[in-house]
Amino acid sequence: MKKMAAGHCVRKPQREWAAYLFLLPSMAGLIVFLLAPFAETVRRSFTNALGTQWVGLYNYQSVFHNEAFRLAAGNTARFLCVCVPLLLAVSLILALAVRALKPGGRAFKTAYLLPMAVPVASIALLWQVLFAEKGLVNGRLVSLGVQPVDFMGTGAAFWVLIGTYLWKNSGYDMILWLAGLDGIPDSLYEAARVDGAGRLQCFFHVTLPQLAPTLGLVSVLSLLNTFKVFREAYLVAGSYPHESIYMLQHLFNNWFLSLDMGRLTAAAVLVALVLLVIVLPLQRVLKGAEQL
Amino acid sequence: MNRKKHWWLKTALCVPAVLVWGVLWCMASGALTGQAELADALGPALGLPGSESYARWPLLPDAPTLQPMAELTLDTPQFFAMFWNTCRLAFPQVLGQILVGAPAAWAFSRLRFPGRRMLFGLYIVLMLLPFQVTMVPNYIVLDALGLMDTVWAVILPGVFSAFPVFIMAKGFDAVPHSLLEAAALDGAGPLQTFVRVGLPLGIPGILSASVLGFIEAWNAIEQPMTFLKTPSLWPLSLYLPQISSSALALAMAASLVMLAPAVLIFLFGQKYLELGIQASGLKE
Repeated sequence: MKKMAAGHCVRKPQREWAAYLFLLPSMAGLIVFLLAPFAETVRRSFTNALGTQWVGLYNYQSVFHNEAFRLAAGNTARFLCVCVPLLLAVSLILALAVRALKPGGRAFKTAYLLPMAVPVASIALLWQVLFAEKGLVNGRLVSLGVQPVDFMGTGAAFWVLIGTYLWKNSGYDMILWLAGLDGIPDSLYEAARVDGAGRLQCFFHVTLPQLAPTLGLVSVLSLLNTFKVFREAYLVAGSYPHESIYMLQHLFNNWFLSLDMGRLTAAAVLVALVLLVIVLPLQRVLKGAEQL
Repeated sequence: MNRKKHWWLKTALCVPAVLVWGVLWCMASGALTGQAELADALGPALGLPGSESYARWPLLPDAPTLQPMAELTLDTPQFFAMFWNTCRLAFPQVLGQILVGAPAAWAFSRLRFPGRRMLFGLYIVLMLLPFQVTMVPNYIVLDALGLMDTVWAVILPGVFSAFPVFIMAKGFDAVPHSLLEAAALDGAGPLQTFVRVGLPLGIPGILSASVLGFIEAWNAIEQPMTFLKTPSLWPLSLYLPQISSSALALAMAASLVMLAPAVLIFLFGQKYLELGIQASGLKE
């Protein structure tokens, strides 16, 4: 039998009860609104739409064979693959630049973070005018002698979406990078300079390796935030977008309107599984990096 | 030493900054422009008849006017209803998140009990779930409780979100254990310690969670779109993107009024917003 540790490590039953009481409202809500119904969601993904009859993997097959699902999943994957690296690069550059300015960087920091607070709905009209066929951007292009682009009716919509997403979310990642940069001890730079390292060498041999744990974190958070890209898609194109920006949330909305519970539950479980598969190994990597 | 370099850097940094301030400028100038001038300038982009060339934005209105703003605030009850709807969804959500979340965050951060690490891990996983995953479980409960198509359908799932608990727990981590021991020696119970020591010292974390929570709730589109069917319950975020071009000036004024609270809260709470973002990135 283990001996009780001395001093303040002794667990007092009264305090433990207090902890559970503090947790109670939050836990109860999570169980009622998320955990219990999630179990029900998993169960219903294996039954018919009414939840009365076991149908095995039928719902999952039906999801996989669905054209719209393939389109939405493909677009979402494509968006993740293009957007996350771009977002990481842009926000890192902004963070490095803002930091290089030291006191003067404050105003820029505010400016880059501000779009985060701008409600998507409030700038919808401006975006429509910007990217319409006879819109502001095309007007500028034509005056420069360039062919106008049909932004909303072609695959260009995808790039408008990427641009909008970067515009709105770079600030958030920039703050995360800045926190990571602040965590690098000055002594490392001094040591590198003593060894004769220049600015670029300092960056590649000190800054980048030291940012590795931050990179993992920023990637996970950016990846998860991109699932919210529906807002930007809705801003750019309303409920009926060009097929290049038809995202999972559009599909889920459609299935929801027709109350297609079979497919909806199966697809929700699939998204959860894919996220777990992506995020858990990344977290392992992070934990590993921390122990170094 | 390297003044010159900074000069270049500043110029380069101005480009993305202009993209941000430019948008806000456009919103402000648009809201101060009259209907006729707006229709004339934006008409080509919105497909209004009788316009050939490309659209332009009235960056400096020819005849600045407060008329649309006055019309919006004085004669447009529908707008007020929707503004009120947005408030009715956002404020109770943030308030609930703090009332429910702060004690839980305190327990995770400053109390020791069996199962703590496992439960906190569970919160982190739940916090990471996107709406695509949570909407179906939420719907199943809301439907069973008969809450669909009421404001509670948006408020309640929001209140029990795991994210604010995580942020506030990071804030409470700054409360030194020595203070808690001192409070215990003075005979304070767990509740007194939380209220007298934890809450005052955890204010930065609570503010961080509030600012992030408010911006999220004010911007929300997916949740009201899914859980609210009756248009009279809709917040501004659902209405503004489909405004008709016949009421351009009103729409511009309404957009500015929706933008203003979020931007003001941002400007006053920027410090806490940054703290909150940093907390979301801190390893456990």
